[in-house]
Amino acid sequence: MTETPTLSVRNLRIEFPTRRGTLVAVDDVSFDIAPGEVLGIVGESGAGKSLTGTAIIGLLEPPGRIAGGEIRLNGQRIDNLAREAMRPIRGKRIGMVFQDPLTSLNPLYRIGDQIIETIRTHLPMSEREARARAIDLLTEVGIQGAERRIDSYPHEFSGGMRQRVVLALALCAEPDLIIADEPTTALDVSIQAQIIQLLKRLCRERGTAVMLITHDMGVIAETANRVAVMYAGRIAEIGPVREVIKSAHHPYTRGLMGSIPSLEGTGDRLTQIPGSMPRLTAIPKGCAFNPRCPHAFDRCRTERPDLMPVDHSLAACWLVAPQTAEAPQ
Amino acid sequence: MLAFTIRRLFEAAIVMLTVALLAFVLFRFVGDPINQMVGQDTSIAEREELRERLGLNDPVLVQFGRFIWNAARYDFGISYQVKRPVTSLIAERFPATFELAITAALFAILLGIPMGVYTGIHRDSWLSKLFLSVSLVGISLPTFLIGILLIYVFAVQLGVLPSFGRGEVVRIGGWTTGLLTASGLKALILPAITLGLFQMTLVTRLVRSQMLEVLRTDYIKFARARGLSDRAVNFGHALKNTLIPVITIIGLQLGAIIAFAIITETVFQWPGMGLMFIQAVQNADIPVMSAYLLLVAFLFVLINLIVDLLYVWIDPRVRIYGREA
Repeated sequence: MTETPTLSVRNLRIEFPTRRGTLVAVDDVSFDIAPGEVLGIVGESGAGKSLTGTAIIGLLEPPGRIAGGEIRLNGQRIDNLAREAMRPIRGKRIGMVFQDPLTSLNPLYRIGDQIIETIRTHLPMSEREARARAIDLLTEVGIQGAERRIDSYPHEFSGGMRQRVVLALALCAEPDLIIADEPTTALDVSIQAQIIQLLKRLCRERGTAVMLITHDMGVIAETANRVAVMYAGRIAEIGPVREVIKSAHHPYTRGLMGSIPSLEGTGDRLTQIPGSMPRLTAIPKGCAFNPRCPHAFDRCRTERPDLMPVDHSLAACWLVAPQTAEAPQ
Repeated sequence: MLAFTIRRLFEAAIVMLTVALLAFVLFRFVGDPINQMVGQDTSIAEREELRERLGLNDPVLVQFGRFIWNAARYDFGISYQVKRPVTSLIAERFPATFELAITAALFAILLGIPMGVYTGIHRDSWLSKLFLSVSLVGISLPTFLIGILLIYVFAVQLGVLPSFGRGEVVRIGGWTTGLLTASGLKALILPAITLGLFQMTLVTRLVRSQMLEVLRTDYIKFARARGLSDRAVNFGHALKNTLIPVITIIGLQLGAIIAFAIITETVFQWPGMGLMFIQAVQNADIPVMSAYLLLVAFLFVLINLIVDLLYVWIDPRVRIYGREA
């Protein structure tokens, strides 16, 4: 990749200092997102997906803090910016969409006022221009009769409609990057597809990079170009979405894929990964996945694997390391 | 909106009728009013005539109807004690209590809300901790003790503020005000602080806990993610969402301030309705007591009605539910 990636995260480490020692919630996470690219981030709850997103937009809540690594937006470092320097980047250059559209909008303000407020925070526009732009945006995200609906309150919209409004809000200053944190989890299935299509279309048209955080592999398969699988605060595998889904290299990814029902599967039991993800206080030595891994061998229990290239992907697993390629599968 | 208002008015009328019944029953339980009006040497015939003239021989229901009718026309009879219409007694005393209560309420709101917002946002700063410690004092010390302490410090030791009375008052129409003279304003300070301190700490703590809750919500996180300034987030988005419970409590407390100004008025010998009520109780002056009861109930009902209408103004969701219901 020769062009500057929109987002570049290098060796990100997020810590929570507690009375009983420091918890490392995200460790050594690196990835790039190119302009117009959709990177899916998947993993179980607590894997550090949302935390990574929150850290990028600079909204980590104390005591959580970035303890190491770099975050660059179009080559400019943003992880060490002061609070006031970060504020114009939020909303203007990085937009964010949260999980629950029902609670993302302030119930006491008309949606138009919330959009106009955001537009005018970032762009030098008059009230009237901002209102016209808000109507355009609402129309673009598929809200019918936007001139009329702009003066409605959030509670007068359905969940899917509200998520469209949230998308309009995230897009209103034409950001370079959208962080969508489980944007469809709270919606019913038929609405999910619409919102995903909308997100995809809007970002393709504008060349916006998207970081799509979800635990829904279906959404990833549908939308993402590449996917990163996170486990216990680290990236287990990252690669093109087709390769990761069809021929995953990391046993954890294979386990995740095995737990998705497929239409062809005729009544077979879904495979299930035994055990559960370790707590942050008790991450095992070596590979964090080794106690649950059906293929674990001695090295996995003592030495932690880094990401290693395999095909078009990177996987953090000793099974794909060159010198152990012959290890029992 | 109209249906909502009418329903609320109807409910208010029922509350007032209930209180009126209690106020009316008061007369019948405290013995024969004739005995308190006449001297020992009044003959039985004269007593009967007086009883007939006052309508005390009519059926209870008729008497109650007459009581309501008179009360509705703002006529509460004659005070047993001072032999003057209760209405004019109240008219004399009401401005003092009203000015005291409003000043105390303003003191509580104008200091309590900013302190609550500040302690909600800057949870761990030393100033927040100071505010909260002070508010603990305000909540735990009884009103009369605060009054006496203030008198001791500012009137006795420092000698800068008067310890009793209303100072000079100016008469404007039927209203007497202490707000226009220096001595009147000075006299207002200590009683207003005494009366308002508890309310202020209540408002501070309420706003603080509401702020803490609202600041955790998704829409505040989303507002920050949209890049809005701290000012817009804290005061525009967060504060407005804390106001519904705050207005409820302030409304109820405003009624309480007026009703329970009794203690403060007694400590500072403030010539208001509270002092009048205490004197009425000491003298078993039923008409004054029942009028006071009705008046306080009326203020409570009125304030609650205003609070309900304020909800509608602040929270659009109430508008919808009000319309549907």
